[in-house]
Amino acid sequence: MLQESLNFVFPNDFHIMWSLMIVIYPYVTGIVAGAFIVSSLYHVFGRDELKPVGRLSMVASLAFLLIATTPLLLHLGHPERALNIVITPHFTSAMAAFGMIYTCYLTLLTLEIWLVYRKDIIMVAARSRGIKRVIFSVLSLGVYDISEESLRIDHRAIIVLASLGIPAACILHGYVGFMFGSVKANAWWSTPLMPIIFLFSAVTSGIAMIIILYQSLMRLSGQKIIGECVQSLSRWLWLFTIMTVTLEMLEIISLAYKKGEEWLVIGPLLGTKLAFPFIAVQVVFGSLIPIVLLAIVVLMKPFLTNPLRNTIAFVASLILLIQVFAMRWNVVIGGQIFSKSMRGFRDPYVPELFGREGALAAIAIFITPFVLLAIFNKFLPMYETSDEPSGGESA
Amino acid sequence: MPYMKGEPMNDNKEMKSDAALEVSRRDFLGTIAGALSAVALVIVADDAVYIASGAEPGAPLPAGGYDPDKHSYVYVIDITKCIGCGSCVRACKAENNVPDLFFRTWIERYMVSRSGEVSVDSPKGGYDGFDPSITGDEITKAFFVPKMCNHCSHSPCVQLCPVGASYRSPDGVVLVDEKRCIGCGYCVQACPYGSRFLNPETKVASKCTWCYHRITKGMRPACVEMCPRGVRKFGDAKALHDEVSEIIATKQVHVLKPELLTEPNLHYLGLSMEVR
Repeated sequence: MLQESLNFVFPNDFHIMWSLMIVIYPYVTGIVAGAFIVSSLYHVFGRDELKPVGRLSMVASLAFLLIATTPLLLHLGHPERALNIVITPHFTSAMAAFGMIYTCYLTLLTLEIWLVYRKDIIMVAARSRGIKRVIFSVLSLGVYDISEESLRIDHRAIIVLASLGIPAACILHGYVGFMFGSVKANAWWSTPLMPIIFLFSAVTSGIAMIIILYQSLMRLSGQKIIGECVQSLSRWLWLFTIMTVTLEMLEIISLAYKKGEEWLVIGPLLGTKLAFPFIAVQVVFGSLIPIVLLAIVVLMKPFLTNPLRNTIAFVASLILLIQVFAMRWNVVIGGQIFSKSMRGFRDPYVPELFGREGALAAIAIFITPFVLLAIFNKFLPMYETSDEPSGGESA
Repeated sequence: MPYMKGEPMNDNKEMKSDAALEVSRRDFLGTIAGALSAVALVIVADDAVYIASGAEPGAPLPAGGYDPDKHSYVYVIDITKCIGCGSCVRACKAENNVPDLFFRTWIERYMVSRSGEVSVDSPKGGYDGFDPSITGDEITKAFFVPKMCNHCSHSPCVQLCPVGASYRSPDGVVLVDEKRCIGCGYCVQACPYGSRFLNPETKVASKCTWCYHRITKGMRPACVEMCPRGVRKFGDAKALHDEVSEIIATKQVHVLKPELLTEPNLHYLGLSMEVR
């Protein structure tokens, strides 16, 4: 085998071009897809114990979807030409599919949320005055029919849309993974496993986000956290975490075992530049600890009190959100650290604080969905406060 | 509905009986369908105008009677002749106004010791040539490798460009339409050879064009013109008795990263296995 000194990068490869914004983008779309899968578990697969998060997960998916394009626009050299992707897409490009996939999913999700909330919207319109009445009348789209028959049709439509939404959510995020997995020039990205890993970690981040949002929402509104719901979410989260981590490890193990040319640079990369974000944060802290914590929740259910279970689930979810972020970071930034010369590493990447692609912009983007959710919740609550099934939502 | 404000609404039929507000499902769906059709029509019309203008992404701009269908450019670099003087790098920078820190062409120096250790460098892309290198090991093999865009027949950059701004002209040259490029950088990631970069001034993708502005006027690329050793050879496979096509057809030539099947139109004579 050739000996390498790992000190040569191609002259054009000296800096890391895809920044924090490109880390944020798959992170956010992952939460979009994952949250939707949670809502589908209730709406389509009849997991009634997830009813308390049925609405929340759907609306959360929309809130994150609405800001999903922002990091991309902030990254583009010419954001004013961004619509070229939609108007004149180049069909051999995975990225060109973005416009169509995003639009389809947005339409589908908005329609589903509208149908779920239709009765509520109409009733708010009927009981309000002034601008609020106008806004909610417009939101009702002029259809005021909430007869039994009409709500039954809504309910059927919701199931159809939620069913269509599952492949749509999978395509939305699978495509993000494909965008990286199909770059054959990059040994760290180029694997058919990439879309699958992205998809599973997306579901992990989505469920984790819903556990955190649900518990926070209940506490803020003084409602009771329903133990069965958290228990069920934890069980799903445990399953998806195990599958995600298994896939992530399989990729590394097969690269290390095959010892192809790419391992000459990826091996040292994992041992040096990615030692902290990959081995320490993603694998040890981010994967092992939550798997153990969730195992306690799932396997020791009879011994846990409600507050203890909720706290463990909350902490595990928080760590998993960090794990998935670390995974996105290690893919996007990690994949750019080594030069395509396969003989050296680029300058390290530290996000700037201010500026278009800086840390503050990233934080602002990430906070926005929570603000949107708070506003939404003010007018159309995302939780049930009575046992009476509402709208067309009962599964 | 405990979260509703105001009086409770007990009877759904009260709502339905409000005839002034009622719109049937059919009417509503009809309106939506009409609106969507109108939007679709606008988008299709926009495309129609674009296509009618002849400005398809794959078509080069007409350049004074130049017919790209009558050419098929090829390029050969003879590594055994290169002395690493950097003339080509300087010529390219000057001819194409290449921004600082970036390169449309550069030179790599390889030094292989008897023990098999490979050392590669390219200070300033070889712009100023190379200083003599002294290492402790016994260097048994040393050579220079000029690099540039490979103008691949199946280039990943063209395949991955989401808006068709990167395209392959019928004469075989891979180009970037700077007016269409959105500056996403996907092509930079996709190029296995490190030949592309985002121009920090124009914010669009940039790369070697084989001096398209020159070759369409019958001249040779600046790097070929300035090479004092005849290392770089530019030819046209559709021309009669073309020297470069003859070399490719008859000599042992190699391409970079052949396993990626990008089919480069840049060929090397004397390429060694250490080169990636």
